[in-house]
Order: sequence, then C-alpha cells, then structure tokens
Amino acid sequence: MGSFEFLLDGIVRAFELIVTLNPYILSITGVSIKVSGTATLLAAMTAIPLAFALSFVQFRGRHAVITLVNTGMGLPPVFVGLFVFVMLVPAGPLGFLNRIFTPEAMIIAQYILITPIITGITLSAIKAVPEPIIETVYTLGGREKDVVLTTLLEARFGVITAVLAGLGRALAEVGAILIVGGNIAYTGSVGGIGEGLSYTRTLTTAITSETSKGDISTSIALGIILIAIYLFVNVAAGFFRRQD
Amino acid sequence: MKRFYIIVILILISLISGCLDSTPDNATEELRISTTSSTCDTGILDLLNKEFENANNAKILTVCQGTGKAIATGEMGAADVVFVHAPASELTAVEKGSFINRTYVMYNYFVIIGPGNDPAGIRATENAPEALGMIAGKEQPFISRGDDSGTHNKEKAIWMAANITPSGTWYQSVGKGMGDTIMTADIREAYTLSDRGTYLAMKDKTKLVILFETDKEYLFNPYHVMAVNPEKFPDVKYDMSMKYINFLTSTEVQAIIRDYGKDKFDEPLFTPALI
Repeated sequence: MGSFEFLLDGIVRAFELIVTLNPYILSITGVSIKVSGTATLLAAMTAIPLAFALSFVQFRGRHAVITLVNTGMGLPPVFVGLFVFVMLVPAGPLGFLNRIFTPEAMIIAQYILITPIITGITLSAIKAVPEPIIETVYTLGGREKDVVLTTLLEARFGVITAVLAGLGRALAEVGAILIVGGNIAYTGSVGGIGEGLSYTRTLTTAITSETSKGDISTSIALGIILIAIYLFVNVAAGFFRRQD
Repeated sequence: MKRFYIIVILILISLISGCLDSTPDNATEELRISTTSSTCDTGILDLLNKEFENANNAKILTVCQGTGKAIATGEMGAADVVFVHAPASELTAVEKGSFINRTYVMYNYFVIIGPGNDPAGIRATENAPEALGMIAGKEQPFISRGDDSGTHNKEKAIWMAANITPSGTWYQSVGKGMGDTIMTADIREAYTLSDRGTYLAMKDKTKLVILFETDKEYLFNPYHVMAVNPEKFPDVKYDMSMKYINFLTSTEVQAIIRDYGKDKFDEPLFTPALI
C-alpha cells in the first residue's frame, strides 16, 4: 500500500458518505448527540445547584463532597462503564429496571462521568466572582436568594464553559458507553455499509467497531464528524471563555 | 432555596422517568442476541436476523463481543439468546444452569495465517500443535486474541496440545476482536489464529495468507446457539429465543448458511450442521 493510497481513498469516501447524508452515519451521529446531550442536560441540572450549595451552604461533610467532586473529575470512563454495567445487568442490583444495552444506560454512565466535571468547573467559576460584589448585594439589603442570583449572573460564562466542557467530554468518551450500550445497530443494510440504523452505536463506539472490521473510510467519516462536533463545542466554549 | 431544590429534583425525576419510558417499538418484540465477533464481522448474522425479523415481527438487538464476554453477558441475564463458538465454555455455562437448549448450528475450520514468506515454515507441518511449535521454536511474532473468545480458547488448547507455554516478546496478546487482531498481525507481519470466515471477509484488507488449514482435529470450529435459562431470569424472552433457535436449525436457514459467501468469496464461510 504505497503512497498512502488507502488513506486518500478513505478520506474521499468519507466526504462522500457525509455529503450524501448516509443514513447509517446520520443515525449514529443522532444517537451520539441525543445520548451526550441528554446526559449533559441532566448533569448540568444536578451540577450547577450542587456547586452553588457547596459554595453558599455550610454543612457537615461539605469538604468531603468537594474532594469527591474533584476526584470524580478524573474518573476513568471504562471504570464508570463497568460500574453501571454491573449495576444494570439483570443479575445486578438495578437489573429490574431492564435497561442494560439501551441509550438510557449510556445516559446514566455519561451522567456519572460528567456531573463532577461540570460541578468542579462551576465551583471555580463561582469562586472567581469578586467578594465585593457579594458584599454589595448584602449591603443593599439582599437576601440569600439575591446573592445566588447575582453570583449566577456574574459567573454565567464560567457556568456555560463548564456545561460545554461536560458535553465535550461526553461526546468524546468511548469506554463507558461501549460497555453499557453494547454498540448495537439494528439489523439491515443502509447506505451500502452493511449495517442497519444505530440503536446504541455512537460516533466513538462505531469508530472502534468499523476500524476492527477494517472499514477505514467509514471510520474516517465518523471521525471527521466527531471532530467537527467537538470543534464546534470547543469554539463555543472558547467564545464564552473570552466573554468571561 | 429549599423550594428551588425540590423543583430541580422534581424536574430531574420527571426527565429521567421520561427517558426510561421511551422504549421504542412496543408493537414488535425485541430479542437480544449476544454473539461473537466472527458472526457479526462476516455479515452472516445480519442476513439471518433480517429473515427472522421479517418472519416474526421482531426486532433483533445484537451485541457483538468475544465468546467469553458473550457468554458472561447471557449469564448475567443481559441477553435472551447467545450464539457462540467455544464448546468447553458453553458446556460449563450449561452445567451451571445459565443456559438451556444448546443447539448445534454450523461449523467451519480455524486457519493459521501469517506472512506469505512463512519465516517459521509452518506450511510443511502435519498438525496445528506442530505448526505453533515451529512459530515458538523460531520465536516468530505471534498475535494472540487474548480476550477469552472462542478463537482464543482454541489457540490455548493448541498450545497445550503442543506442550508449550508461549511467552517472550514474540508472543503478544492484544485483547481485541478478530478483525483488530488480524489488522495488528498484518502490521507486525505476525502469525495469528483466525476463524476462516472472518479471515475471508477481511482478505482484501490484509496481506497475510492462509499458511495452515488442513488439521481437521485441532482446527474444528463449531457454533452453537443456546437460550438464557428463564428460570434464572424470568424477564428473558424465552419463547422468542426458542423461535430463533428453531429458525437457525430450519432447513431453509441451513441452506442460507450453506450458500453464504459463495458469490463474494468464491467459497462458503460456514458449513451448516444439519444438512
């Protein structure tokens, strides 16, 4: 295979697949966005209030929770995958939910993975809000509620950055969702790739399985889409960071 | 503040339960198959599943893994039926009561593939243990699946028959599926054991060639299907699993298996067990 022919062929074919809106590739992209988007939404709804609680409410075990959050920011995806897998298999403690190898199982895994990340970044965004601003709110007769709202307003770009960081991590992650989702595509052949529409197959898990089948061009197409989405998320994150 | 959290928690709960409720296609019944990479990568399973879906108003969800993991998945109740190729592990799992109705579907033979110039000289050997013995003796690179799959189990059995415990830098375990293993062996110009079907399906993507295949005793590769025991996991779709097992062993499907691959690879990938 001299002169990297296979690579050029792969890239050309990849663009073909993308431009012609290949249904297999589209369905995979859809599952990726749906799963990671939902996980990020749920994680943000937990993480942001949690970060505010950790910043403003004094309670026993607060430092322990912060340590837990910091540790959680570096959780290895495969471990989270394994954990959710053993919980959700029918033989496991949450087996009765009957959710293993479903998009919901993937959402749960990514939720666990990125909640600490969003919490951690939000925490530092809140910490970065200048003390005098908060004091001013109190001086003007503001209550706790006003302080929280003011802080949220002041830290908004940091909070958005946190959410986008979580989304980026979720989209790029493969270890956890491969284990709990099973990389399932439905039976059938769409768009000439020999696979049916995606059920729990995402851009990242599909790259692993297509590469192992030796289908480099499909993998490259998936990779290009993944990078494009990831780039978009990061450009957005960068935009908000500059605003901050 | 308290009310705020209550509201957030309520929203969370409703969202999560909303997610959980969104089970697709209630009209058709889903059957979860846990299977080995060779049935997936060769494309035969997809063809058979399509036939089954059309005939039974079913939707099949296939998880492709190595046989070891495929059996483990079934043993934990996360599949309804498993379709695998490691007789010893299958029988152990059946004895444990994890599976019932183990049924013989098809077979083919493993092949030893490697670089065309065959530096270990295995072409001239008489049987598989002798062939692997030559590779070990000359310390030629050998890539092992290392994933407790059917192929990996077979490889270990051949080493044992050859009375060799492979070790050293020439013996590398990758812990991956068949396709990945062939790709790795291709890059390293190494030997590896492959099922015939996956090798043929990937033939145009690798320069490795079949160097040894005549050993009917050691390279035999039978595939069995078995249903997850409903007494262990009452939620499994046992009736559907039995339909699937009967389907795989029906004359029509056995004929499809007999012919699969003839047009694409000039030779069939599997031999049906029953016709």
